[in-house]
Amino acid sequence: MSGANSHKALIWKVFGILSVITLFEVVLGIYKPDALHLSKVLGTSPLNWIFLILTLVKGYYIAWFFMHLNDEKKWLRRSIVWTLVFFISYLSFFLLTEGGAVGETFTGVYKSITQFY
Amino acid sequence: MEVTIQNENAGTTWNGGGDRPFNSSYGKMMMWFFLISDALTFAGFLGAYGLMRYRFLDSWPIADEVFTHVPFTHTPMPMIYVAFMTFVLIFSSVTMVLAVDAGHHMKKKKVAFYMVLTIIGGMIFLGSQGWEWKNFIGGDKGAIQLQDGSIAQFVDESGHQIALTSFVGENHSDRIQHTKANGIWNQKEAELPKVNLQQVIDGFNHNKNISIRTQEIDLATKTKVILSRAESQQLLQNAKQVVYGANLKVNEYGMTLFGDFFFFITGFHGFHVFSGILINIIILFNVLVGTYERRGHYEMVEKSGLYWHFVDLVWIFVFTFFYLF
Repeated sequence: MSGANSHKALIWKVFGILSVITLFEVVLGIYKPDALHLSKVLGTSPLNWIFLILTLVKGYYIAWFFMHLNDEKKWLRRSIVWTLVFFISYLSFFLLTEGGAVGETFTGVYKSITQFY
Repeated sequence: MEVTIQNENAGTTWNGGGDRPFNSSYGKMMMWFFLISDALTFAGFLGAYGLMRYRFLDSWPIADEVFTHVPFTHTPMPMIYVAFMTFVLIFSSVTMVLAVDAGHHMKKKKVAFYMVLTIIGGMIFLGSQGWEWKNFIGGDKGAIQLQDGSIAQFVDESGHQIALTSFVGENHSDRIQHTKANGIWNQKEAELPKVNLQQVIDGFNHNKNISIRTQEIDLATKTKVILSRAESQQLLQNAKQVVYGANLKVNEYGMTLFGDFFFFITGFHGFHVFSGILINIIILFNVLVGTYERRGHYEMVEKSGLYWHFVDLVWIFVFTFFYLF
């Protein structure tokens, strides 16, 4: 438990941050500026990178302040976060790389690979 | 859930805390273990989505063209409704953490009040998701499926997608749906589409200013490729059936896998929200009858809160990968 002091002000501050980020994402998602949307950096568009980073920031705020990871012992926090970060980056690296590789291989070979699904 | 463990380590377990490793209670730590495995499950699902999306980068449906419905209006507005859903879930997370905070101060009435708000927020979210599913399943403009399984949609001369009914007209077919009551005993077929394939082809030939766009995406502009009139006509010779809405076998928006992933991942998340509401209701009853007041602490509220925030956390990612990307 996180002691007797009230977190109310902090909670509303975090809510404000989460709302502003979400609002920013939604506006970007509606307008999708061509410069960010149609170019490509490290395998996907800069717009997608912005979305991904902002999502991770939101995830940080939820886990740290709503789930009170901030108040837990350092090594409990690390055993949770490092485990997830390691396995999820491992998994998604191979899945996305492989997906892209298979896509490039098959595009044009079978025009409509969809028939197999 | 209080378990007495014999203290064999002279109160010096990892990082301090005696028989409470990391100074965390048994229940809370087990909740975290569960959430880690659940997070990895969701990572697996979303990773599979990413795998298939990269595989079919040149033919994946564009979310902004699929999720356009907003209540009380027929103007297509992508993002608005799902943004509303996200806010509802974030706000229910806020009320949940306020309940936990009130629990730390042993304010029973406030805990109950905030938990009721949380439960209502969860129900609004679940209802919204139901509405989203209804629109997705029911479909919007309709499309045709070709023999190879791909989807072809119809566009006017400005390149905007148009509904099948806008150029086909009324269904004058006298074909009757085969139900259990009227045909071969105990057999039935799916509901007949609003228009049939021949009517679509006739309507297309009759209206010279419409053409077809395939599910293929021009990666330079990230828009669907629009065929010329002649190409469209040729494509129609391979038409297989009219498609309205979405199910696990076919959907009018494009690749079948897109619909499958949508149903599976948002469905799995929705089930988490559902069970979260149930857990919160049970905890709310315990709060109201004073169980935690007598126990001396409101840690159960904290534990169910962890689960609830996790559901919110997962939604943030689902929102990003399904609607923003």
